[in-house]
Amino acid sequence: MDPHAGAQSPHPAGVALPRGLNPEVALQLLQQSGHAALPGEPMSDAWLQALIDALVDLSSRDALTGLNNRRSFELALAREIDRVARSGEPALLLTLDIDHFKKVNDTHGHAAGDLVIQAVARALAETVRPMDLVARVGGEEFSIVLPNCPPAFGPQVAERIRKRVARHPVEIAPGESVVATVSVGGAFAPQWVRTTARLWMDRTDLQLYRAKSEGRNRCCLEPTAVPLVSAEEKGLLFASSSFQDLT
Amino acid sequence: MSQAIASDPDTAAPAQAAAGGALITAVTSGKGGVGKTFVTANLAAALARQGERVLVLDADLGLANLDVVLNLYPKLTLHDVFTGQARLEDAILPAPGGFSVLLAGSGMIEYSRLTPTVRDQLQDVIHRVRPRFDRVLLDTGAGISDVVLYTISLADEILIVCTPEPTSLTDAYATIKVLATTQPRRLIRLLVNQVQRPGEARAIRKQLQLVVDRFVNSGLDLPVMIELLGEVPFDPTVRESVLKRELLLEGAPGSPAAQAIVAAAAKHLAG
Repeated sequence: MDPHAGAQSPHPAGVALPRGLNPEVALQLLQQSGHAALPGEPMSDAWLQALIDALVDLSSRDALTGLNNRRSFELALAREIDRVARSGEPALLLTLDIDHFKKVNDTHGHAAGDLVIQAVARALAETVRPMDLVARVGGEEFSIVLPNCPPAFGPQVAERIRKRVARHPVEIAPGESVVATVSVGGAFAPQWVRTTARLWMDRTDLQLYRAKSEGRNRCCLEPTAVPLVSAEEKGLLFASSSFQDLT
Repeated sequence: MSQAIASDPDTAAPAQAAAGGALITAVTSGKGGVGKTFVTANLAAALARQGERVLVLDADLGLANLDVVLNLYPKLTLHDVFTGQARLEDAILPAPGGFSVLLAGSGMIEYSRLTPTVRDQLQDVIHRVRPRFDRVLLDTGAGISDVVLYTISLADEILIVCTPEPTSLTDAYATIKVLATTQPRRLIRLLVNQVQRPGEARAIRKQLQLVVDRFVNSGLDLPVMIELLGEVPFDPTVRESVLKRELLLEGAPGSPAAQAIVAAAAKHLAG
């Protein structure tokens, strides 16, 4: 079968090979990225659909780690902002940066650096919920969008991720390991308010900067608006008045 | 080059301002709906009557209602200053009551979160208004958001407005607690609005101080002190003037609430 046939005429069943798409190049890309063989007869509907799906998937992933890439991260962030504005659900954005990553590269070489990035990526993916989106957004920088995350859980979530990374040394050569740590910055989306991705990222970056300047290997979340006043404090506050604390 | 900068009225002499300019007071409340903006506007009018040059800056970014209280619909606002579409002096307006206002305007919602940009712009505006007035009142937003905390950090002193309601007291206490632990601020002034009987504010101040001593000051080197600036009695005239959207000091200067605010202003001037 002529692999280019679909490019000229729309496929009768509805799955058309997009004009200009060279299936051979597409297949090579998929093979190179470790994608499994496509199902069905080449150029069949099922095969073409699988090819397109695989390409979409490929274009949303980071080549080194298999995580979402910056493009799909920005898409997810925009979607989450829409949802928070509509539903008021709290959503947390975390930005993480591997501490002293340049030193790993300089001391052990870039191959070791890649191994560290991959290990951190795995640690992140294994520590969050299935609904959370983990992305590699820059060289040694990662972001995680956590929908429906109550503010009270924010610090725990961030801390769990940080610890998971710090507790698993990365083997960069047989018998040689390095301990990677991450600094984590986080901020919640303003509920009911349509923010912008830039402002939200700006706020998380600010916290990441704080975490870095306070010594790295730590989490800094933007303080949330609700400080806790304990029942004991309330009890004393209303002790001499006619008001009784009902909670 | 340096000459050009010095002759620019917007950037001239900010260094001396901190020493000789206006006293900047952040008015905050924790909980909304306790009359913070009402108190701020009338306090400003009372201070202006004493001959002070007073500016009220609507720092309730994104949710401003000083314009509603003062019945003002300005063409130019803080938003235009932030976005570079207006000069600061063009956005400062005369308000009824003899003081000046700088309103936030709509479109500030994007500024309701503290980013480096917002931080710099707020600081810059406060820096620039300081040399031009004797008193600046910052009407902060309700709640204890990062913008509110940051705005407060730019002020010389803080005034918390609350009512005797438990929810308001809890939020006032929470605000004090957060400020005590995040800012090097050791004197916090208190004004209790809508009190039902004379002396209620004194009792509230004492109780707040007691809880602060027990739960906050125990962990601090220097204790936080709460000072009572005044109490404003519950007064039906207030509601009338708010509905008429006029200042109480203009519409009913002889009312008990108005006189209480004048007394608080006198105390504020005395230091």
